[in-house]
Amino acid sequence: MGRYLLRRFVFLLVSLALASVVLFVLLRLLPGDPANALTSVGASPEQIAAARHSIGSDRPLPEQFTHWLGQLASGDLGTSFVSSLPVGPEVAARLNVTVPLTLAAFVLAVVIAVPVGFVAAYKRHTWYGALLSGISQLGIAVPVFWLGMILVAVFALNAGWLPSGGFPLDGWSAPADAVRSLVLPVVTIALVMSASLIRYVRSAALDVLGSDYLRTARALGASFPRAMWRHGLRNASVPVISVLGIELASTLLGAVVVESVYALPGLGSLLATGIAQHDYPVIQGVLFVSTLAVLGIGFAADLAQRIIDPRLRGRLSGGAR
Amino acid sequence: MTYTDVLRKPAEARRRRSATLLAGCTLTALIALLAVVSLVWLPYDADDTSGGRLAGPGDGHLLGTDKLGRDLFTQLMTGSRIAVEAGLGSVTIAALIGVTLGVLAAFAQGWLDDTLAAFLDILIAFPTLLLAMLVVAARSATLGSAVLAIGLAQSAVVARLVRILVKRVLAQDYVTAARTSGTSWPRTVVGHVLPNIWPTLVVNLALQFGLAVLAEAGLSYLGLGAPPPNASWGRMLQEAQATFTTAPAGALAPGILLVVLVVGVNLVADGLRDTLDPATRRRRS
Repeated sequence: MGRYLLRRFVFLLVSLALASVVLFVLLRLLPGDPANALTSVGASPEQIAAARHSIGSDRPLPEQFTHWLGQLASGDLGTSFVSSLPVGPEVAARLNVTVPLTLAAFVLAVVIAVPVGFVAAYKRHTWYGALLSGISQLGIAVPVFWLGMILVAVFALNAGWLPSGGFPLDGWSAPADAVRSLVLPVVTIALVMSASLIRYVRSAALDVLGSDYLRTARALGASFPRAMWRHGLRNASVPVISVLGIELASTLLGAVVVESVYALPGLGSLLATGIAQHDYPVIQGVLFVSTLAVLGIGFAADLAQRIIDPRLRGRLSGGAR
Repeated sequence: MTYTDVLRKPAEARRRRSATLLAGCTLTALIALLAVVSLVWLPYDADDTSGGRLAGPGDGHLLGTDKLGRDLFTQLMTGSRIAVEAGLGSVTIAALIGVTLGVLAAFAQGWLDDTLAAFLDILIAFPTLLLAMLVVAARSATLGSAVLAIGLAQSAVVARLVRILVKRVLAQDYVTAARTSGTSWPRTVVGHVLPNIWPTLVVNLALQFGLAVLAEAGLSYLGLGAPPPNASWGRMLQEAQATFTTAPAGALAPGILLVVLVVGVNLVADGLRDTLDPATRRRRS
């Protein structure tokens, strides 16, 4: 396990290095000049050149890249072209909204999906088993922003129980308001996420329920709950964990639509503004931090799978996919 | 279980499966019909605002009008055309790029294989919508940009699936047999590999179609899809958001059609999987 950890960690670093090169090159390939965002319409060529010089986009690409790497090494994500504010603190402020939002939605989705998915598999021949599968089938087809609109209309506009959007300006120093403003977004993301999770849990549970080892355990006298607990849960959780990792990672940035419905100042909306304004340091900063998170989550998921399933331990990556 | 039960069971399961396929085809055909009809006939002109703002259903407007006085049903029909175009376009791009990359990646060995697998994983974790924003920022907000972006994002998913499927086929004896009898690699891929991954691939592409429709709606909701007056369902929903409680028809109808189309293609995918793939055929019945 120790040797595996080391190899997997080196692999993580190499991926991160590769990803940062790809990130940098791809962004520079995009047409559109960030200097345009800084100057007014009809600016003279001299003004545009000055703007380019001030942000360093007139220097050769390798030089820009090493400059960026140097900054990264000292923990500096650079300075926004547009607002002239450092990117690091801005990203950190957005993470204060996005991380609680994503984690709470994720936990709620798992809490919903695991029991529902299991019941849908175990009771698949009954009417409510079929109903649960049907509801998850429907849930996958519902656009997340539409669900958000409906929840706002019902619980905020009609009932007036919760705010329809926004986040308190003083953030978490007003904890009650902050929590209240996150309730609907969390529920929105969790419901959509759990709809697809239910399907994975259901199919993992179906595999386990039809397995020989479960039948053997039962034949040896283990009660059904005990056989499921000792043998079923372990085996079913391996494929589910790899899906969970991907879901968690993509929700981190993918929450952008929900952030837009609820006017939340999250990481996704920061990236959206950055892209609209060709603000490279902001785009780079957000994408770098999220790549780090994606790789970290993948690492954790792989590790968890190996702790659960010793059969995987000889392999470097990919888990049980 | 008696002998006749054993005989009857597969037949019953088959009937249930074809019911899934039938239901899916019906729902999908409903939207496809709206889309096709919208090409030749629309109840009102796209920018005809003569209906009065936010009129209720009736009075010459089947579902009423939006906040600019445009007929809702007309917009819904145009929207179904855009949704179908978005789905077909994205899936075509995803299939072309994804299958090519996936087949090539399946031949990689050792560290290159690990790296490719990890790279595809990272690409997949990168949300479709944000890739789409990058593409839209680089080009402009059109249906074409949205379709290109969604197709590119989905090609990573298709590539990963194809890589795994092809690897599995390449390990089969019939591939070894074909190779030892002198068949070239390209011929082996076309003659043996592709036909064997085809059923699973088609099912996945059908699922991707639904996801592409949802992604296009999300982009349009953010104002990054087809520009006005092309009424995409996503943009209709965004425009109707402010008047949800006063004029609910505009905020509900596009969402319902979206769900109908996506549930439809997902059911088609489920039905196809059960009819095409013998491995799941046994387990699911």
